[in-house]
Amino acid sequence: MSTPGSIGWFLRHETRLAWRDVFSVMGADRPGRLRGILIAVAIFLAVMHLVAHFVVGPLAGLALHNDVATLVGVSAGLVLSASAVLSQAMESVTRTFYTRSDLELILSSPVRAQRLFAVRVGGIVMSVSLMSLLIIGPFINMLAWNGGVHWLAAYGVVPALAMAATAVAILLTVALFRVIGPKRTRLVAQIVAAIVGGLFAVGLQMAALFSTGTLSRLAYLGSDAVLARVPDAQSLAWLPARAVLGDSVALLVVLGLSLVVFILAAALNVPRFAAYALAASSTPQGRVAPVHATRRFQVGSVSASLRRKEVLLILRDPWLLSQSMMQLLYLLPPAAMLWHSYALDAGVAVVVVPVLVMAAGQLAGGLAWLTICGEDAPDLVLTAPVGPQRLMRSKLEAVGVCVAVVFAPLVAGLAFYSASAAVLAAAGIAASAASATAIQFWFRAQARRSQFRRRHTSSRFATLSEAFASIMWAAAAGLAVAGNGLAAPVVGIVLVFLAIVRAWSPARGRAVA
Amino acid sequence: MGTETLPPALEIHGLTKRFDRLAVAGLDLTVRRGEFYMLLGPNGAGKTTTLRMVSGLLQADEGSIHVFGVDARRDQVAAKQIVGWVSDEPMIYDKLTPLEYLEFVAGLWGVAPDVAETRARALVVLLGLEHVQHAHCEGFSRGMRQKVALAGALVHDPQLIILDEPLTGLDAGSARLVKSVLADRVRRGCTVIMTTHILEIAERMGDRIGVISGGRLVAEGTLQELRERVGRGDSCLEELFLAIVEQDANVA
Repeated sequence: MSTPGSIGWFLRHETRLAWRDVFSVMGADRPGRLRGILIAVAIFLAVMHLVAHFVVGPLAGLALHNDVATLVGVSAGLVLSASAVLSQAMESVTRTFYTRSDLELILSSPVRAQRLFAVRVGGIVMSVSLMSLLIIGPFINMLAWNGGVHWLAAYGVVPALAMAATAVAILLTVALFRVIGPKRTRLVAQIVAAIVGGLFAVGLQMAALFSTGTLSRLAYLGSDAVLARVPDAQSLAWLPARAVLGDSVALLVVLGLSLVVFILAAALNVPRFAAYALAASSTPQGRVAPVHATRRFQVGSVSASLRRKEVLLILRDPWLLSQSMMQLLYLLPPAAMLWHSYALDAGVAVVVVPVLVMAAGQLAGGLAWLTICGEDAPDLVLTAPVGPQRLMRSKLEAVGVCVAVVFAPLVAGLAFYSASAAVLAAAGIAASAASATAIQFWFRAQARRSQFRRRHTSSRFATLSEAFASIMWAAAAGLAVAGNGLAAPVVGIVLVFLAIVRAWSPARGRAVA
Repeated sequence: MGTETLPPALEIHGLTKRFDRLAVAGLDLTVRRGEFYMLLGPNGAGKTTTLRMVSGLLQADEGSIHVFGVDARRDQVAAKQIVGWVSDEPMIYDKLTPLEYLEFVAGLWGVAPDVAETRARALVVLLGLEHVQHAHCEGFSRGMRQKVALAGALVHDPQLIILDEPLTGLDAGSARLVKSVLADRVRRGCTVIMTTHILEIAERMGDRIGVISGGRLVAEGTLQELRERVGRGDSCLEELFLAIVEQDANVA
């Protein structure tokens, strides 16, 4: 039994809370759900292994040679993973400062708070490693299955990535704290985390587009332009890639270096975490809005009022905006491709249209959740003298307007290039957005907007259905643009799928409310 | 036409709501026009459930609800048009300013823009929110949030205001301001129904007091009428309330 206030005692306390949180988020605390969740996890892992087999199977033959192209490819994969891991670590480190649930209790007690923070920072490394393993693990397994056990060394690189990413996240967050203060750090750190997660992939696609004229990252990484600029095969820069490829010495060096960097970052900064957390908790969050005091009231119809409210709330919440608009980041490459190919190439619509359709579905799903489920004043809206159907219609209109505003310029740009492609893109975007919105409507459950990150946990079936419908609409649109007759059966499949989802949803037999 | 012939502000008959247990059990309740009605009861008595059904936030299983003669179960929209609701937990939007919140509420209730703006600016001044009228609500104290919520319930000038524990967690100044605003509304002919556990306030402000227990109305009247009912001529409301609840428990 550890002494109260010791690191071991805090570790036990934090582990218990984390475990219960995971259990609750997964819904396993509800009767009879544990078995279902275990089956779902098993199916998820099986599907991930299948996907990994097709994605990395052809690469499994790579081995440790002094081949710069291989090292470039593996390093790019590592940086891609590292950007996602860093994003997650930044989110977690920011939460350490700003989550007030038990912090005031512990900081007001006579225990040494740095022990708690040391445990929490260690916990971030653990959770980031485990989450990464869940995603990366199947890929490593398939590489090992197809190419040999030397790939299993990549498992050792995952905790190294997590330690390095947590160290960078600590340094970045603390730097933000000192430069821009506690009031702005939370927001900026969360936005940076959201952007970092996708920036490398998008940047790589953009670079590929402008150098090779395609969106293929592999073609770009193997191009002479890249290979001529990278260090030679003996460079220390390739140590992480060598570790992934099974070089045990490189793996030990990478692990050791990451550990040293993590311990240094934690040791230098953790003692000050308590002060930062107190500063964060005592910073007033309210601010004077940039609204003209003389602006006249704009009271319009119920729909207009709801639309205006939704738009204001989204625009004024940069965190929410960054989360819901992350999909738009992935629109940059196709948008750039449109602009780049306008005068060069004629087959670009087949690539661009499905990306637009897919992104529209994802964006509409997020916005629909915010307007339908994420209502912070449900009593107010429900006591308003508006019929439930009109209220819901107004909310759905708000989603439609937001999606239209985002995608109209892109469709207009496409129209300059090909009118028929623009029409098909518009139809696909409308269908994808409508499907995602409908699924959110069928599976609606009241929640606060701040729970946006957890929206997927309320119904995983709805989340998967939303993603599947968007993918299918994207496929149908792509086939239609290519003039392939298979588009019609794909549309049929997605419509049947939506009918099945509707039949299985809790909305069946439920009035609009 | 005299007020006697007009329908009461609220008329409830046989109202029933069951969750996992019977929360409201065939409740009969009448609130007259222009009175300040205090609805009291122990925790879990069915006060909030009743008021949420009147406000259209919950569907009743059985019974009737008439608000100023409007059948609130058949024509919810018409009933909601004349009711303002304030809950114990002020639900407002963190990223809107108080004026923007009131602008939104006015939109929901279809108040004309000029009227809405005049009322909203007057309410902001009345409730002491001028200094924060252009600030996002996210940094507001509980008292300020409750005042914004109250302003939202008043901006469409309802005939019936329903408040569920509106004074919970308010400081003395805010509580006094809220009470004074409500008393002023009643003086101007508005009807107010309020639940509270602060019995001194119920005693001082209520024209009539209803005590609900086990989902039924077990006593009702002015303070003097309750004293006569219990047979304690000089008792305070706290003593009367405890005696009534105890009597009811013994009968049950």
